Amino acid sequence: MTAIPAGRATADGRIGWLEQTVGGITGNIEHAIFTERHARSDGWLQRRDPRAKLVGFLIAIVAASLVSSVVGLALLYGATLAAARASRVPFGFFVKRVWLGIPFFAGIVVVPAIFFVPGERVFDLALGPAHLAPSWNGLAGAAIFVGRVGVSVSLAVLMVVTTPWADVLKSLRALRTPQVFVLVLSMTYRYIFLFLHTANGILLARKSRMVGRTSGREQRRWITGTMGNLMSRAFKMSNDVYAAMLARGFTGEVRVYSTYRMRVADWTALGVTSAFCGVAILASRIVT
Amino acid sequence: MNGGALDRTIVETNPPEFDPREPLFRLRDVGYDYSGRQTALDGVNLDIWPGERVVLLGANGSGKSTLLKLLDGIVGPSRGTMRALGHDVTAVAAGQDSFTFHRQVGLVFQDPDIQLFSATVLDDVAFGPLQLGLPADEVRERCDEALAAMDIAHLADRAPFELSGGEKKRAAIASVLSLRPDVVLLDEPTASLDPRTKWVLVDLIQKLAAAGRTLIIATHELDIVPLIADRAVVLSEQGGIVADGDPATILANTDLLVSANLIHEHLHRHGPISHSHRHDTADEGHYHGSDGVERS
Repeated sequence: MTAIPAGRATADGRIGWLEQTVGGITGNIEHAIFTERHARSDGWLQRRDPRAKLVGFLIAIVAASLVSSVVGLALLYGATLAAARASRVPFGFFVKRVWLGIPFFAGIVVVPAIFFVPGERVFDLALGPAHLAPSWNGLAGAAIFVGRVGVSVSLAVLMVVTTPWADVLKSLRALRTPQVFVLVLSMTYRYIFLFLHTANGILLARKSRMVGRTSGREQRRWITGTMGNLMSRAFKMSNDVYAAMLARGFTGEVRVYSTYRMRVADWTALGVTSAFCGVAILASRIVT
Repeated sequence: MNGGALDRTIVETNPPEFDPREPLFRLRDVGYDYSGRQTALDGVNLDIWPGERVVLLGANGSGKSTLLKLLDGIVGPSRGTMRALGHDVTAVAAGQDSFTFHRQVGLVFQDPDIQLFSATVLDDVAFGPLQLGLPADEVRERCDEALAAMDIAHLADRAPFELSGGEKKRAAIASVLSLRPDVVLLDEPTASLDPRTKWVLVDLIQKLAAAGRTLIIATHELDIVPLIADRAVVLSEQGGIVADGDPATILANTDLLVSANLIHEHLHRHGPISHSHRHDTADEGHYHGSDGVERS
């Protein structure tokens, strides 16, 4: 696949929507390939049974939502960073991926609380009849909220970058998720990339034949036509895939292959994680 | 390729559950229409016996893939009667005896992206044995052997979207070999492959045949036919059988191949001289002298 950087500028300095779309698709595929390869590298978390990881990460995320002070969150985030380090996750990638977006999106949600939570005011700015007066309690609550979101997202990202997606899905069976749900999810993941490749090919084919500018109306018409085309291909492929499943004996009963085996190290890691999360929650209650 | 695993994967099959004195496949006046309109096959009469290596030759759209789907019992005929391994194919396509039937017949689709529908190669190779209800140890054993046979054990945990075209093809074949079927149906197995992978697959097909498996291979690549088949069936562009016999005899019949659009003929004009050339897909060229007589 031809890698076209996202948002590349055209000759007249504008960024073409086609280049943006192609770049976005290419970026997504490359990112998925990077994540899959990294998930198979040799690291501490990569060696753990995916079911142990899934349960451990869920416990840690629940703990992050239960801790009531920055100390508890700091403990959890410190442990998350240590696990990332032991799993050879690139530090810059891991931290930037979480913290570049979280403060913005979580901040938007929590901004009103800064002003509405009662307590001592940081300052009081009169704007006509209204007052802009954030409270210390509101700021502390906002900091804990953003911290919880950041730690939870960090944990989820760490799980995904250290576990092949197929294992993430199959380990859902440990939570009694129905097999048919796991199968459908894994097939969806499989074919998303195929259709991303197809969409990429269609866009590049159009680009290779474009000799002049097209109007916005023409572009919209082309996009809707392409969406219909992709949808029709998806329907055809779903029929073919079902035929391929029948050809290998599928009778409607879903069976998912799993070769997982919990070892002592996996049980130990799960136990240590649970204990550490308990300590973090207790610490947050004691040191506020 | 891993010889030991290949031998075991190739040689071991499921015990036959049909009368060996009958043909494996018997088609009488079989036709197939897509959506009740477009006719893919018409008036097909065909018997295929155990151990035969049959190549289905035909141009694009001649119904080769449809015929393979019929032989695999995933679709039933629109017209005519068809029995396969002692089963009525119409009933198999409707789900009756489907489980037993697909233990014995495996189809490798032309497009590996259709065949490889799971999140990893191992999951795909394990899919068939899991449907058989085999215990986990045997599923693993079959998967390991099939992957080793196709020399892709190192790709077991890879996602299909990360594989090259040749790797996908091998994974698709491994996903069928893990079922250890008596009959292997291959749809354009060497299409769109680089030369090395193509000849690796030809070698595999020869080994499958040497182990006594029944092989039915759809292709339009004439250069591999003498190596993989002892019988050739030619489909016309209208979806009927126009020839059935020894591959050497059929490949020598250029009029037949031209009419079936397996080789093409075009007119050349060189000054005062004009003559036609015939090409097949493996044609390495031709030359002619000033007398206008074609030599190759």
